[in-house]
Amino acid sequence: MAIAVPQTEQVDVNAVIDKLKEKFPEAVKNDPRQGYKGVIVDKAKLVEVATSIRDDFGFDYLSSATGVDYFGIADEMEMVYHAYRTTGGPALVFKAQTPRDNPEIPSLIDVWPGADFQEREVWDLYGIRFPGHPNLQRILLWEGFNGHPMRKDWKEAYYEEEHKPFESRWPDGYIHRSEEANAYGHNVAYPADLDLSRLTDTSEEALYNSLGLGVDVQDLTGEGGIRTDRLVVNLGPHHPSTHGVFRMVVTLDGETIETLDPVMGYLHRNHEKIGERNSFLHNMPFTDRLDYISSMSNNLGYALAVEQLLALGARYQPPSYRAEVIRVLMAELTRIVNHLWSLGFLLNDLGAFFTPMLYANNEREKILDFFEATAGSRLMCNYMRFGGVFKDIPERIHSVVNLVNDKVRDYNTMDYLTEMINERLPRFMDEYERLLVNNEILKTRTIGVGILPPDRAIAYSTCGPLLRGSGVAYDVRRADPYSIYPELDFDIPVGVQGDIYDRFMVRMHEIRESLRILKQILPRLERTKGESVMTKVGHTPRVPVGESYGRVENPKGELGYYVVSNGDDKGPQNPWRYHIRAPSFINLTALGPMAKGHKVADVVTILGSIDIVLGETDR
Amino acid sequence: MTMYGQGILRGLTITLKHLVKTYFNDMRYMGKKYFNQSEFELRQGMKTEGIYTVQYPDEKVAVPERFRFTPFLVVEDADHPERPGHDWCTSCGICAKVCPPQCIWIVRGEDPVTKRPIPEPEAFFIDIDICMNCGYCAEFCPFDAIKMDHDYEMASYDRTTAHIHDKERLSKPFSYWLTIAPTTAHEEAESRGSWEHSDVVKSKKKTSTPATVYKPVSSPAEVMEMLKEAAPKPAATADAVATTEAVATAAAATGPSAEEVLKAERLRKRKEALARKLAKEASGG
Repeated sequence: MAIAVPQTEQVDVNAVIDKLKEKFPEAVKNDPRQGYKGVIVDKAKLVEVATSIRDDFGFDYLSSATGVDYFGIADEMEMVYHAYRTTGGPALVFKAQTPRDNPEIPSLIDVWPGADFQEREVWDLYGIRFPGHPNLQRILLWEGFNGHPMRKDWKEAYYEEEHKPFESRWPDGYIHRSEEANAYGHNVAYPADLDLSRLTDTSEEALYNSLGLGVDVQDLTGEGGIRTDRLVVNLGPHHPSTHGVFRMVVTLDGETIETLDPVMGYLHRNHEKIGERNSFLHNMPFTDRLDYISSMSNNLGYALAVEQLLALGARYQPPSYRAEVIRVLMAELTRIVNHLWSLGFLLNDLGAFFTPMLYANNEREKILDFFEATAGSRLMCNYMRFGGVFKDIPERIHSVVNLVNDKVRDYNTMDYLTEMINERLPRFMDEYERLLVNNEILKTRTIGVGILPPDRAIAYSTCGPLLRGSGVAYDVRRADPYSIYPELDFDIPVGVQGDIYDRFMVRMHEIRESLRILKQILPRLERTKGESVMTKVGHTPRVPVGESYGRVENPKGELGYYVVSNGDDKGPQNPWRYHIRAPSFINLTALGPMAKGHKVADVVTILGSIDIVLGETDR
Repeated sequence: MTMYGQGILRGLTITLKHLVKTYFNDMRYMGKKYFNQSEFELRQGMKTEGIYTVQYPDEKVAVPERFRFTPFLVVEDADHPERPGHDWCTSCGICAKVCPPQCIWIVRGEDPVTKRPIPEPEAFFIDIDICMNCGYCAEFCPFDAIKMDHDYEMASYDRTTAHIHDKERLSKPFSYWLTIAPTTAHEEAESRGSWEHSDVVKSKKKTSTPATVYKPVSSPAEVMEMLKEAAPKPAATADAVATTEAVATAAAATGPSAEEVLKAERLRKRKEALARKLAKEASGG
């Protein structure tokens, strides 16, 4: 276990862009649109330019790759890539455009293997094909689903209007239930070539075929003349070890994993389409439901993304200092909450049933009590707003009798926080460390298992404790700082070997580092008492035209929001595009390679060490 | 040389300590902690040790003031001197617009004679199944007329009839809001300048009648004090509970037919509203 203090390099992206244009004069040109960043790359030369961006300019980390449909604006579809240097600095944004009919963009999977799932997602939701992708299957929806739902001209069942608020709600709002309406009536636009016989799920067949399994028994060993075949086992979707509805299709040789294919989408609700129907403000409580363990930091990422857009306008005021202090307080408490949860469940996966998990949960509840008193809810906090936070932290954490048998509590908030941060949590962490860190069973089960080398970790675009466990000191709080992190003193723990034990230790140390940050936050909270925590933004902010990518270091990794506003001044204020770069989703790219060669029992632990949450993976 | 198994043994002593502490804690308070208020606070606080449980439903953790469950509408108390039972809602529609899942349906009130809109909702529905408890309606209501309730025990057997809350079900007296969230209510009253509804304050300013200050209160502590003095505090809550119960029992007594009648009525009104809208569009276009 090593503690790394990375040196953030000063990267001048404009200089890089100039050099890039020099190198590829025909293929690369500036994005001319107002409020947009980066360059547009000719798709014929995309792979070449991307390789150069990675190798010549050092942008080795592909954070996000996503599609946008400019239906009705430019009649083009677009892929947007955000590449970073793992040594820190801002993004190099590059885009490739393709006509809406027959959209095709070359795959970047050979340049950044981390583009794998993201390109599959874009194919699934936008229908952009990626020549060169070895396994271009739908990933969130089922094979045979008709249409690509994120296209602007695709309408969902029970479609009412393009944008919320819906007209029927006020002023003549006699209620009807959606189920009283016909789900498949005139409100759905069917594709012209709808063929009902095609509405069969072929994904299972395709999946099993891709595993190379036939009816014929294959000779695997040959030794002693024993004829064996590989065995396919479905772990999940309903299995406690998968932490939700998630399925791993593994082929086994004996008990050793040969291949592992993650299958997801069971919790898919097309969050991003909902997000485009919503107004900017409407999306805030929806972000709670992504990574439902750490809703506070989800809120923060989205608030940052929209604030970047608002800052393009004239009348924008940044959040007050106190608001930033409270945001960091909440984000770090959330990190502790999440790591306590994930450590507890990692131990559950290892077979230490519920003792470590419940100890951790005890402490987690204390933090949630504070969240409840401040934001109104324990999990779905919905606390951050554009330009600040919902309300200042209350003076007292107290309750009033309302129901029968109610028991009340009354604590001073600052005393509560001080005692928790200075005494209770450090005491607990000492105890937890004694309980686990030197446990021989834990060590034998985790050391040397699920190794992810640093170069692969970067290539797969992994993030968070998974990336840092592999020894890459990449933390958005340091690499591309936001809020008041630059003035706070903390280190970034990294692993050495990149195995499960290292990830486990990284999380343990991150809790300690979070406590260190929180200790610096407390005096700032005292000092700024009474300051306003909210600037005047209101419920229908005018969001200027442009794009923004707001990213935060979520407990599970880098959470990014790619938001596009078409800046319609008169109409409803809705995001044109609202994309989430979900850390759990992209981290799963590394699951297959990590599990290869290990035993079935280890797969459960390896998955546990990635720490996924399906609300965010499936969106 | 370290002995194999040392780490495991050390871990086991910790689990043993937790177990012992739990019993030690029980003996220390001699079971009082399950009945006594102050010990409950201790048990839930930072100093607690061992394993502890809240014995729901024999005991419940009272929720903090800002807790949000489902929305309710504030109406004047039944004993209000000027406008008893009057809605605080002016049917401005902001809550319906900021509602992320769009679960609020408001019918704006109309003067029966002049057909002009009046600041009072004719009907107000919230589909509790769709509500995502985000609290935006309460946050952005300019009249403090819609608030988040603390009553989270609303399980029912039939979602099709029980989960669309109409105005009657949603309305709760102002004194109820004062009981569940004294500090917040006080802050709001301070920003309005009075305990009255802001429209009342405005009209009184116009006619220069001195605002009937309900009870001049300067701090949340005083609100709590006032509530204790104003005697039937539990009664106010009990009343609210009783009325909802009465409604529920009345509905139950008449059986599903009443529900069906209500639903038919709702659908009919909806059809009318749609027809009105279509007519408006036709005349407009």
